[in-house]
Amino acid sequence: MRMPKPDAKILSRRAEIIEGLGEIVPPSSLITEEDALRAYECDGLTAYRQPPMIVVLPRTTAQVSLVLRYCRDNKVKVVPRGAGTSLSGGALPLADGVLLGLGKFNRILEIDYDNRCVVAQPGVTNLAITHAVEDKGFYYAPDPSSQIVCTIGGNIAENSGGVHCLKYGLTTNNVLGLEVVMMNGEVVRLGGRHLDSSGYDLLGLMTGSEGLLGVVTEVTVRILRAPQTARALLIGFASVEAAGDCVAAIIAAGIIPAGMEMMDRPAIHATEEFAHAGYPLDAEALLIVELDGPQVEVDHLIEQVGELAQEHDATTLQASENEAQRERFWAGRKAAFPAVGRIASDYLCMDGTIPRSRLAEVLGRIFGLSEQYGLGVANVFHAGDGNLHPLILFDANKPGDLEKVEKFGADILKLCVEVGGVLTGEHGVGVEKRDLMGVMFTEEDLNQQQRVKCVFDPDSLLNPGKMFPVLHRCVELGRLHVHKGEIPFPNLPRF
Amino acid sequence: MGETLQPADSAQLREAVAWAVAREQALEIHGAGTKAALGRPVEAPCRLDLSALSGISFYEPTELVMTVAAATPLAEVTARLAQHNQHLAFEPADYGPLWGKGPDGATMGGVLACNLSGPRRIAAGAARDHFLGFQAVSGRGEAFKSGGRVVKNVTGYDMCKLMAGSYGTLAVLSEVTFKVMPAPETLCTLVLPGLSPSQAVDAMTAALQSPFDVSGAAHLPSAVAADFATGNNLGNSDSATVLRLEGPAPSVAARSTSLRQLLSPFGHCALLEDTDSQDLWRGVRDVVPFQNGKGLLWRISAPPSVGLVLAEQMAVRFGGRYFCDWGGGLIWLALDGEALTEEDASNGGALALRKALGERGEDLAGHALLLRAPQDLRREVAVFQPQSPELAKLTARMKQGFDPAGILNPGRMYDGV
Repeated sequence: MRMPKPDAKILSRRAEIIEGLGEIVPPSSLITEEDALRAYECDGLTAYRQPPMIVVLPRTTAQVSLVLRYCRDNKVKVVPRGAGTSLSGGALPLADGVLLGLGKFNRILEIDYDNRCVVAQPGVTNLAITHAVEDKGFYYAPDPSSQIVCTIGGNIAENSGGVHCLKYGLTTNNVLGLEVVMMNGEVVRLGGRHLDSSGYDLLGLMTGSEGLLGVVTEVTVRILRAPQTARALLIGFASVEAAGDCVAAIIAAGIIPAGMEMMDRPAIHATEEFAHAGYPLDAEALLIVELDGPQVEVDHLIEQVGELAQEHDATTLQASENEAQRERFWAGRKAAFPAVGRIASDYLCMDGTIPRSRLAEVLGRIFGLSEQYGLGVANVFHAGDGNLHPLILFDANKPGDLEKVEKFGADILKLCVEVGGVLTGEHGVGVEKRDLMGVMFTEEDLNQQQRVKCVFDPDSLLNPGKMFPVLHRCVELGRLHVHKGEIPFPNLPRF
Repeated sequence: MGETLQPADSAQLREAVAWAVAREQALEIHGAGTKAALGRPVEAPCRLDLSALSGISFYEPTELVMTVAAATPLAEVTARLAQHNQHLAFEPADYGPLWGKGPDGATMGGVLACNLSGPRRIAAGAARDHFLGFQAVSGRGEAFKSGGRVVKNVTGYDMCKLMAGSYGTLAVLSEVTFKVMPAPETLCTLVLPGLSPSQAVDAMTAALQSPFDVSGAAHLPSAVAADFATGNNLGNSDSATVLRLEGPAPSVAARSTSLRQLLSPFGHCALLEDTDSQDLWRGVRDVVPFQNGKGLLWRISAPPSVGLVLAEQMAVRFGGRYFCDWGGGLIWLALDGEALTEEDASNGGALALRKALGERGEDLAGHALLLRAPQDLRREVAVFQPQSPELAKLTARMKQGFDPAGILNPGRMYDGV
């Protein structure tokens, strides 16, 4: 993995740039000491590290605007960062870049129950939004596993998901409005408290743009009334096929569970050993199906899903009878990452989406690759929406292991695309999958995406080196190629 | 209207656009033309007729995904989904009759390109939320794609969002993939008669804040209530505030009891069962009271808490009729052009309406779309809500990025866009 070569000219102007930024923000918002910069050298994808040239921690939209304009005028690259939990290296700093941390934007600005939304600054954590409204029985639906620490601004950048997104959607389906500062310092407000945008849906475009189009300084999200109750089923199967068929049957029966998680045998064993959740160790696949809503509905559907599980030869079947039991069912799954972290010194979490019907085939081929590379793998799977998280086990201190794990991961993602899926379901492209974009997209596809980038950031100063394998100059991309004199298609029907 | 090009497949579509680029010839993008009178008039000498790009190419019910050629009729899609007890959860409307066209004309590409969603938008999201992937030809004459065939995907920019609501001004869709959902087993509707607008807002807000999963919340003032064909239940002279519940039968029954209890301070609640409910909500979806009309029709999106009061205020101001959907967040306001003062008539009420929309401050602002108006008026008045200078600049640059020669539906949304 290669990042753009640092610009020696910019590095030589470091002192001057620090001074320039010092005129915009107070000293407490500026980090320049080498030791302190090191704290920002990586995000959740710890395999790649690079301390930034300077860290700026603005407190107001006006400061963000001035910082970006200064950087634009001085051709300084900028990497925005929320809590730094990206699993795709979306907040990986640049040696010649400013890291723009939004941590001081940490206030909830308004709770509007009549319009069922919350207005928050981008550095507020995902879970803090739910905490702010839960006394009135509301919550914010998208729940990425890092929700205790990840910020709502970062959720916007990555269009984060979670275990409940089949029923409640990803971040993009739950955002109503944004205030965004563009690289030229201009501030735009997109959406609001009404439901639909007017004009081009820049709100939807901004969500999931991985910090390449603008810096979010205010967020309005929808809140939902919390369901009255939730119950879960824990279902063991003798094969991945049987579990996959059961998932398909549940959906064919018209049931959209709040969560539907699958684990394979290595994941079951690792999590059971760690969390003692009572998982069946003889199962090849384990399914957790959660239903939420009014008590009557939940009880009704639990019964239906239980019957479907039996029809699909479930080897074990338990339905939660109380909250403690439901939480115990989830304890293993929710601890999947630390549990796997205990059986290997390092692991890389992959994130592809596949058509659910190809699950057994894909898992079979992943095990083949696992043998080929000599690296273990455990799979957790958001079975409802086909989002697969293989956790590849390796040892970063062992020479050659990091290169091997990168190749293994790339092979898995290529496999996802081959069977009709995509490179990333919820973690983003970042630097991790950047060089694989060509597996899924043609050059024309990627050029058109980069033209969108050019609309917002024509000098490519905002988070460069992420998402696109090759950076074209906007001037080149803007040219219109006209084939004058070409004989137009004689066969085209005209009237 | 001069020439019509009718490509037979996506390769011919690309060629047709490339030809237009070379000739700098503007194209009017035409699916079935049901919404041709929506937007500013497009001055294009040539029509690009997509009707041959039709057919369902991929449908896997348990993957919750369907792929179709862009001009596949919406009616064909919904009929096929119904065979598997599935539906489009955003409840696309049949707007053709608003302009006096026959029913069931819309195409799937047109539905997504205009991002128009029905009553279930409050619970299930808009068209754009279900749009998963597409193949298209840009105004550069280049074929490109975005998104995928799976329901969860964050690979690259979410260009589906950009296509939804772009009214064919950025690219010509050739194939679209969207999310489908299981259709609810049954439904019912609670009817609260005779509420004033402010009482209706309170009732709808209480219902939408409840944990009873309300999937439709509309207020039908007395002037329009009788237009909804629902047996005798709405046929009196009162207003009707209607709330829909959908799902498995035992759940709907339980929730309807709980919701009635919750709303008891608002008076007696009548109940519409399955079939009557379906008729009612189809009417709300398709804006039945204002079909086949010649008058002006505004579609206004506002924060739910202010929409209904604003609608009442505007209806009085203009002597018009209205109803509200989306718990107050969507207003349909019909004006009789001839009854307006000369000043209002000159701009279709746009100035007064948009001023009122902005009066509650930026946080509670909304936007108004002049959905139906004579061609001359649509040329004179901003059909889409005017944008701030910063947004207008971004919009123009986005158009330039996709369609630098300005050949795709030029001027349909804004001057030059």
